[in-house]
Amino acid sequence: MTPEKTQKNSNSEERTIRMPDTSHLIVSSSPHFHAETDIRRIMLTVIIALLPACAAGVYYFGWRALWVLLVCSASCISFEAIFSCFMKRPSELDDASALVTGLLLGMNLPSSTPLGVCIFGSLVAIGIGKMIYGGIGSNPFNPALVGRVAMLIAFPKVMTTWPIPHGAATSSAITGATPLMVLGSLQHAAQSGQAGALQTLGEHVSYMNLYLGNIGGSLGETCIPALLIGGIFLIYMNIIRWQIPVFYILTVFCITGLAYMISPAYFAAPTFHIMSGGLMLGAFFMATDMVTTPVSRTGAIIFAVGCGVITGSIRLWGSYPEGVSFSILIMNAFTPLIDRYTAGEPFGAPKDKKRGLQF
Amino acid sequence: MNKSYQFYGGVHPAQQKLARKSAIAVAPLFPFYTVPLSMHIGAPAKPIVKIGDKVLRGQMIAEAGGFVSAPVHSPTSGTIKDIKPCLGVTGVKTPCFIIESDGEDKEYERMKPFSDWQEADPKKILSRIAEAGVVGMGGAAFPTAVKLSPPPGKKIDTLILNGIECEPCLTDDHRLMLEKAKEILIGIQISARILGVKTIILGIEKNKPDAVEVMTEQAKDLPITVFPLNVRYPQGAEKQLIFALTKRKVPTGGLPMDVGCVVQNVASAFAVYNAVYKGIPLYERVTTITGTPLVSPGNWHLRIGTSFADAIRLAGGVKEDPAKIISGGPMMGFSVYSLEIPITKNSSGILLMSPSEITQFQSKSCIHCGRCNDVCPMQLMPGILSTQIENECFDLSENWNVLNCLDCGCCSYICPAGRPLVQHMRRAKAEIMAKRKEAKKDTPKGKASK
Repeated sequence: MTPEKTQKNSNSEERTIRMPDTSHLIVSSSPHFHAETDIRRIMLTVIIALLPACAAGVYYFGWRALWVLLVCSASCISFEAIFSCFMKRPSELDDASALVTGLLLGMNLPSSTPLGVCIFGSLVAIGIGKMIYGGIGSNPFNPALVGRVAMLIAFPKVMTTWPIPHGAATSSAITGATPLMVLGSLQHAAQSGQAGALQTLGEHVSYMNLYLGNIGGSLGETCIPALLIGGIFLIYMNIIRWQIPVFYILTVFCITGLAYMISPAYFAAPTFHIMSGGLMLGAFFMATDMVTTPVSRTGAIIFAVGCGVITGSIRLWGSYPEGVSFSILIMNAFTPLIDRYTAGEPFGAPKDKKRGLQF
Repeated sequence: MNKSYQFYGGVHPAQQKLARKSAIAVAPLFPFYTVPLSMHIGAPAKPIVKIGDKVLRGQMIAEAGGFVSAPVHSPTSGTIKDIKPCLGVTGVKTPCFIIESDGEDKEYERMKPFSDWQEADPKKILSRIAEAGVVGMGGAAFPTAVKLSPPPGKKIDTLILNGIECEPCLTDDHRLMLEKAKEILIGIQISARILGVKTIILGIEKNKPDAVEVMTEQAKDLPITVFPLNVRYPQGAEKQLIFALTKRKVPTGGLPMDVGCVVQNVASAFAVYNAVYKGIPLYERVTTITGTPLVSPGNWHLRIGTSFADAIRLAGGVKEDPAKIISGGPMMGFSVYSLEIPITKNSSGILLMSPSEITQFQSKSCIHCGRCNDVCPMQLMPGILSTQIENECFDLSENWNVLNCLDCGCCSYICPAGRPLVQHMRRAKAEIMAKRKEAKKDTPKGKASK
């Protein structure tokens, strides 16, 4: 505000000044900046994070594992394209979410799974798990887990036949038991009177092999370091919330730990539980699926604790040796409810007032 | 109170403060000025001059149209050519004066300066601020005099000077703090005297270290504390700034005065200084004209009513055709389609965006990633609200507190599915307000007065 200094209008300065062309201006509502994130980028980051565990699976279970992964991925992508076509919807293949579903499904299977069964699983995962609800973002359940559970029910024999690592790299790999199955039979023995049966667990499964993944199991779930690298990468990239894996694993640890403290003769150590089965894979990659988990961080914690309680219960008292898939699917069903109850009050809402949210 | 707090949520967009180094220049006179009658929240001003009248710079040409209103002054000397509806930034036509400059820029008899503001009657100073047409120049353009006269009963103990400038690209407040530090501090002390407030806090984001330095130096012997704050958008929003500086939460639906605070922008403080200390009404402001398509982005003292075309000519025109022209910053500014739009009292900047800088995408389904939830400074759930609003469940969205939305746009900025979240919420707010208005109209008078 210094009108004293204002210069006189000098038109003598006749530079050619180019003025903007206003005929093609875009008019839109603010904000006019956008963060450089999109679904495709998120999904590609998840795929990168899955690669170490996939590589470990191929290392331990041979080229047959790679075939399972490839067939699952390819058939998931194809089914998504086919379903989009049937549904007369623009294909959303470019967001790479079908590839993530395919990889996750493959990682949840034994490396000896027949390829035809893999294709069936992909059909269920994409068709019934995802597209039937309207595609990405609308599915209530994790598609890869829907596919896996359908396969588990339809082909129980195939799905519980586990090749042993470093076996012959063909479909005739020697089959063995997973650590949780060993545990199950030892528990059974302990309950039927063989005192100290569980003490032999260490002889059957060494902790080092358990940690490194040199054990029977689904091809992508055994190698803990590879899963941790991927999971921590995703947390670092802010793709998943640390609350879910941490609270999930912690809850399983606490529940199995409590059981172990009460009667070590009948239950395995919590460290054994958190390193065996699909817990790591589930906690870092399946329970963190954005679409099917609560939106808020408080909700994520409730969800993770719920998953942990169900997994722990199934493992300790259920007839299945493993409970990760079911626990996540069950908690998926609770997600909308959790979302509603964790919808917080806005900034500055009076504390004493009763919550105004109605549903 | 030595610790600075962060507010909830927020995002960190690219800064792109191109004009941060260019000193505020004085604009030459232009042949025409388009001065809107309504540049503030509240009732539009009422014209007190007729078409054909001669006016002088600083002469009041429209008086306040109510309690919450502000008068308008002529930016230069000349003739009122017309009073007609002209296009504004929001795309709505509002009545404007068209003033043809006579090129002499003669000043109207200046109001008597309060050089003794420390002793003068606060009521008189307050009426001077009202008379000078000072409004909040950060964005909302709420009349300053109204803000500085809280209802009896409300006790104000903290005056916050807002030097945050969290919008990317804009540098007008930054330059003003560097060049007019003393004046701003006098302005804020005048406001503090009117309010009877002892505590004055100046919040500046740490991306302006030079401004922090200058202001700290100038405020050394004054009862003013300078708080450098971490950079995060929307820290300049009143409620967020109050929380960041004092940890007080403005209640939902409430005003800063409910927690004993008043927030004033640095540009408004400078306008208060001009009005009170020098007797100059508000007819000029600092505006950033920036963007990569411009030849020479910079900051200018622009008269109110300068057209965007004249302003862009000042910045040397363009190198390439812009894809968007925005009034304000990139996060909350309005994109416009005409260059006839005038600079108003709250035009903090003109931003041109080149075709390569703008993002256009198809919006997809929500993937429930929860990013919007994390960044929302009001702790709403934009993703869920957006789905409700898409299905036109406005009542439901009201229950989910959509009316608390600040319009900051963090949610739309961060959404990986490219969903128009804040746009949906704007729609819901408009629908709910329209419905309330309707309901009020329908209620019989006797009931309404109860």
